[in-house]
Amino acid sequence: MKRQTPIRLIPRLDIKSPNLVKGIQFEGLRVMGDPAEHALRYYRDGADELLYVDIVASLYERSGLSGLVGETASRIFVPLTVGGGIRTLEDFAAMFRSGADKMAINTAAIKDPEILTQASRAYGAQAVVLSIEAKRQGRSWEAYTDNGREHTGLDVVDWCRKAVDLGAGEILLTSVDREGTRKGFDLDLIMAVSRSVPVPIIAGGGAGSIDHIAAAIDAGADAIALATLLHHKDFTVPGLKAALRNRGYSVRP
Amino acid sequence: MSSGQVAVLDYGIGNIHSVAKALRAVGATPLLTSDPDAARGAERLVVPGVGAFADCIGCLTSHHLEEPVREFIQGGRPFLGICVGMQMLFSESREFGTHRGLGVFEGTVSRLSEGEGIKVPHIGWNSIQPGRSWSGSLLDGCAPGDMLYFAHSFSATPTHEEDRLANTGYGPNRICAAVQKDNIMGTQFHPEKSGELGLRILKRFLSL
Repeated sequence: MKRQTPIRLIPRLDIKSPNLVKGIQFEGLRVMGDPAEHALRYYRDGADELLYVDIVASLYERSGLSGLVGETASRIFVPLTVGGGIRTLEDFAAMFRSGADKMAINTAAIKDPEILTQASRAYGAQAVVLSIEAKRQGRSWEAYTDNGREHTGLDVVDWCRKAVDLGAGEILLTSVDREGTRKGFDLDLIMAVSRSVPVPIIAGGGAGSIDHIAAAIDAGADAIALATLLHHKDFTVPGLKAALRNRGYSVRP
Repeated sequence: MSSGQVAVLDYGIGNIHSVAKALRAVGATPLLTSDPDAARGAERLVVPGVGAFADCIGCLTSHHLEEPVREFIQGGRPFLGICVGMQMLFSESREFGTHRGLGVFEGTVSRLSEGEGIKVPHIGWNSIQPGRSWSGSLLDGCAPGDMLYFAHSFSATPTHEEDRLANTGYGPNRICAAVQKDNIMGTQFHPEKSGELGLRILKRFLSL
């Protein structure tokens, strides 16, 4: 499929306050350092957006990120998406006040899909990102919550279709099976979802090489969420962009 | 650069804080206000906007800010509308029914067309091209092809070609990316989210 906007590279920062952490399939979290420091470096390196996910928010039923969002939004002038613990329209409002631009919601949308419609009406579909944690079940995928721990019984493709009809403007599509493994994306998953909905897809989970990223773009991803490979300094944002440009993909300078 | 005061209109909707933070980053001390007199009396006024056109206009009216905004614009001081803040300057919108806008620019706001590889909302970085000369305008100093950040499902189509300061292509859509008529400016893209290039545009606005 011919892409009309440059592929977006989006560093994903999983946060267990106050630390940037990273695991494999969301398990065995390792502390990677100060999230604000990493965020600023990625911004200066030319990251197209940033994504913060509070990965322990579900334990506390609220996001612990507003301090970090407030602090970094004064220094980072690209779009900032926040996920984890966004439950209500009040949470949306509070995060916007802190300086976030989009909210990624998973559990809250599954419990009450109407929140997608309400949030989209209040803030625009472009601010409402449906976050999907997908686990492969044979030929299809099931949507999970709580970092791949709780299953929902929902088929990923069906749920994405419904959520977009309700108002989601973008999908953060994370493969739990591949997350943190550097073994490449679940390309079938990207293909299945991107063919089924008309909104942009941010693919995450599994990036380990330029080949992997190129394959995800070819499968239909509009943006790539990158964590392990950046945090471990396997690659830098400018390095990835140069390599993608060399292969003929459009990236923002 | 002028140290002039800039007001960001807080009319009960959207994310005004990103804009305020970006203005601070370029040296301004923005006043976030929902006070009609403060809006009328500002040296410069920025009106952001996200969400639905009708809700934005509705909030403007319910906060008693529609008339002050009109008066400000007529007063000749620099005005910047961002995203839905730009769209509200047009005559009408067809988002969730037909709604009247401020009518500063003649034209209509309507939904973007989808197509092969064309997803709606239009989210991401896209390059701008001149609709007319940028010399002396808000975009003075920008180069054709500069990439800025867009996030929208609707866009404004000006009736008069000369109102288009910049355009952006998106499949079958010829998006009006920026408008300017004397002191009245609007951007469909988000300068506050467009990195250093966007900050430069905000700085330019503060110098006009």
